[in-house]
This record gives sequence, C-alpha cells and structure tokens, in this order.
Amino acid sequence: MFENVDLTLVDWSRAQFALTAIYHWLFVPLTLGLSFIIAIMETIYVKTGDEEWKRMTKFWMTLFGINFAIGVATGLILEFEFGTNWSNYSWFVGDIFGAPLAIEGILAFFLESTFVAVMFFGWNKVSKKFHLVSTWLVAIGANLSALWILVANAWMQNPVGMVFNPETARNEMVNFWEVLFNEVAVSKFLHTISSGFLLGSMFVLGISAYYLLSNREQLLARRSILIAGVFGLLSSLLVVYTGDTSARTLAKAQPVKFAAFEALYDGTQNAGLVAVGLLKESDRKIGEKGVNDFVFSIEFPSLLSIMTGGSKDAFVPGINDLVNGNEAQGIMPVSEKIMRGTRARDLLAEYKAARQQNDTERAGTIAAMFRDRDFADNYFRYFGYAFLNKAEDVIPDVKLSFYTFHIMVMLGFLFILEFALALYFLFRGTLMKNKWFLRVALFSILLPYVAGELGWVLAEMGRQPWIIQDLMPVSAAVSRIPAGSVITTFILFAVLFTLLLIAEVSIMIRQIKIGPKH
Amino acid sequence: MKRIVTSAERVVRFYYDGFRSMSWWGKRVWLIILIKLFIMFLVLKIFFFPDFLKKNYKTDEQRSEYVLDQLINSK
Repeated sequence: MFENVDLTLVDWSRAQFALTAIYHWLFVPLTLGLSFIIAIMETIYVKTGDEEWKRMTKFWMTLFGINFAIGVATGLILEFEFGTNWSNYSWFVGDIFGAPLAIEGILAFFLESTFVAVMFFGWNKVSKKFHLVSTWLVAIGANLSALWILVANAWMQNPVGMVFNPETARNEMVNFWEVLFNEVAVSKFLHTISSGFLLGSMFVLGISAYYLLSNREQLLARRSILIAGVFGLLSSLLVVYTGDTSARTLAKAQPVKFAAFEALYDGTQNAGLVAVGLLKESDRKIGEKGVNDFVFSIEFPSLLSIMTGGSKDAFVPGINDLVNGNEAQGIMPVSEKIMRGTRARDLLAEYKAARQQNDTERAGTIAAMFRDRDFADNYFRYFGYAFLNKAEDVIPDVKLSFYTFHIMVMLGFLFILEFALALYFLFRGTLMKNKWFLRVALFSILLPYVAGELGWVLAEMGRQPWIIQDLMPVSAAVSRIPAGSVITTFILFAVLFTLLLIAEVSIMIRQIKIGPKH
Repeated sequence: MKRIVTSAERVVRFYYDGFRSMSWWGKRVWLIILIKLFIMFLVLKIFFFPDFLKKNYKTDEQRSEYVLDQLINSK
C-alpha cells in the first residue's frame, strides 16, 4: 500500500516513536505505583507515630525521587515527534489530541513544582498532616496526569466525540465527555494504572527481598513486603479484571486486533480461549497474506464466546470474517469499507475543487454533509480505508500480537502467585527459610516492566495499519521529511535515553546499597 | 500587601533551604535534569525537531490546504 510514500521514512518514524515511548514507559509506571505505596506508608506513620514507618517512607521516597526526576519530561519528546514526524496526523486530530495533552502538561507542572517539592523539602517544615496530604496529592496527581495521556491514546484506538471539518482539514471535538468517557479510555486507564501499582509493588517486594537476603533492615523489609504484598495482590487482581474489560471493549472497537490476540482466523460460536499455543505458517492465505495455524494449543472451551458475548452461543468473528465479511453475522467486508472511505475522500476532493472554483454553494453543501451524523457514521467513519489497496492490509502481525498477548497474560497470573506467596510466607514467618522465593522476588523486579512494555507493543502493533482506527493509516500520517534526519534523531535518542537509564539505575543501586538513614 | 510579601518570602525560603540542604543523590539528579532539559529544548527541539507545518507554511489556511492535499492525494 501507499506507493508514493517512502516506507523507510514511515518505518524509521515508527521506530523512533516506539523507542521513545518504550523508554518513557520505563520511568512512568514506577512513579504511578510507588507514589501510592509511599502515601500508604506515610499514612501509617501519621496514624501511629512510629518513627520506623517514617524512615521507611523516606527511604522509598528517595527511590521514587530518583525515578521521578530522571523520567520527568521524557514524554515531551513524543510531543516533539508529533510536530516534526507526524504533522499530517497532528493537524488532522486537531484539538482532540491537544486538549488532553495540554491539561496533562498544566497538571504535571503544578504537581511537580508544588506538592513534589513539599514531599521532599517539607519534612519538619510543614505539619505532618499537610505533608501527608501533599504525598497523597502527588500520587493522585501523577495518576490523573496519566489519565489525560491515555484519553488521547484511547481516542486514537476508538475515535469518538468529534466531527470532521473539511474547511480546516481537522477533526473538531463536539463532545468532551464522550472523549473523556470513551469506553476504551476508561478500561485503558484502569488497566494501565493498576499495572503501574503492580510494578511499584514488585519493585518494593524485590528490594525488600534483597535486604532480607543480605541480612539487613529486617523490620523495614518485612513491613515493606506487607504493604507491597497486599497492594500488589489487589493490583494484580485488578490488572486481570481490567484486562478482561479492556479485551471486551476491544472486541467491539477493534475486532481485528482482538482476533489477532487469539490468532482466530475463522469466527465461530463456542470459541475457546487459548491459554498456551504455538503458531506455524500455513498454506492458507487471506488475499496475499499468509495465515498462521496452531502447531498445538491448550484452550479453555467456550470461554472466548462467554467473555465477549456473555454466552457460549455468542459468535466471535475471526480475521477471515472481518476481512471478507460475514453476511449471516452482519459483518461488513473490508472491500465495502474501502468503497465507503473512497466515497468520503472523493467528496473531500470535490469540496476542495468547489472551493477553488469559488462555488460556495457546492462547498457549503459538502461541508454540511461532513457534519451530518448519518454521513459520518456510514462514510467518513471508514475514511482511512480509502488509503488501502487490498482488504488484507487491515491485518496486523498476528504472530506478534498472539505471543505478546499471551506472555503478558501469563506474567499477570505469575504476579498474583508471587504476591500471594509473599504474604503467605510473611504471615507464616518463613520468608527467611524460603530464600529461593526471595531470589525469585528480586529477579521479578524486571518482569512487570516486560509485561508493561509488551502491553504497549500489543496495543500499538495490534492496531496496525491504523494510527487512528479506521480514519487514518500510519503512512498517511507521516511528514514528508528526509528519512536520514529521522535516522539521525533515532540514534540521538537511543544514546540519550540509554545514558539516562544508566544514570537512574546506577544512582538507584547506590542508594539501595546505602539503605535507609538511621 | 505585607502579608503577600511575607508569604512569598516564606515560599522562596522554603525552596532555597530545600535546594541547599539537598542530599548527594538529590544534587546528582538535579544535574541530570538540567543537562537533560538543556539537550531537549536547546539542542533537539531547535535543531532537530522544528514543527514541520509551522516551518513550511505561514498561515493556518496554507497548513490546512497542504494537509487536505495530503489526505486527497496520498494514494
């Protein structure tokens, strides 16, 4: 597809965005989770007056501060990229993307310049209660800050609450609440922040395990494991629950992506949920694209139908149904969507021609059509399909989607087990007798990072070819700039972010080795 | 007026004392923040990340015209 677009440029622009987003996401989730753990510890300190809880709060706050400071503003680079590499997209989305990002920017600025400062500089200078309130506001504010970014991202996955204005070539927000409470945004926000809570808990659990293994800071470690164990267990259960609701919303909003998660090619009733599976290339094809078959799979019978449709008789469409259509199930083929999208695009071209010929009446009529709900729902909704050459272009990388999804889910269940075991050993008083578990907990600090990054790979790669679902493919969104400049900045970012990561890890390891102040 | 000045002084003093009594790690991360912000805003943003549409088109009309062309002719 997109014969007149330099695919090197598209690929490098995507690679650069992926690199910066992946690095950015190494810093964010720890801020989301650890801030709440610190707030809980400080609350216990204020309630009990026990100085050990204060010492613990200060210690974890140090690690929070290092991560927060090194990660701060790394997300701004993504905004630079929108203006330089993705200018067509940035213009097309108009204020829908800009408004949530602006709110996030203002919120983050006030949060960082006031309450974070009170958190770190305010011990013994403000009252205990005011300090505690500031710590909670940092935790709540950081998570609310994430909300606006996720609202913007969710709009790309499920564009709602807007109307396209052909005069400005931009989408304009007509319903802020529809954008904010977009069902993809709600489930994405809850899933993302709960995964951050989980990551923060695993971080605390792992470092506490390190202290126990080193025979240091026994009380701090045990109390931290208690908080991390409870908070982590609840968070990991919430991650599974919100993951399930996320998948349900995807089944409606992005059905091809959902089918790719499960490598489900042929829709069926009684569809089973694959727990584990291995894929291989098959001889079958959809258009020119190869199909993957299972070498083996272990399934929960009917569970996919029950999860998505509420009963085992519910039909779950496969990739084949979604590409070629399924009349019996009322699924429109992609070829029809291409025709409708092309109709919307032709009308846009007609609008432009009318404007150039000063035919204001015709231009006005077409502009009114774009505002009409019926036209928006039946034609403009498929605008992005006009850029496709073949129906099978809508199929993402199925193997990648399948494996990233299943590894992420397996890790999710492993985390539940780990937090449950941590609490079990803690209450039985056998943590020190189970050093294997402490070693596993220490190693597991990395795993929620892996799961979180896989989640983003899945969310973004699984929705290909779209940058805005059904409205704009990535290739139409990219700026026509030399690929060489994107490659240069890709290398610059790789170096900069790697240095930041090395700085964070080395300062953090040093502080962990020093331990809390006595 | 005097109250506002006193409050402002207290806020300034709060930050001043906070920065002065910062620990080793605090000073180190502030150095990293400043270097990072310098690289991001004074090197990357200015030399490598100009806004494509603002750089190449003077008015919003010209920008929308360009994007409209891209949307219509991208196939």
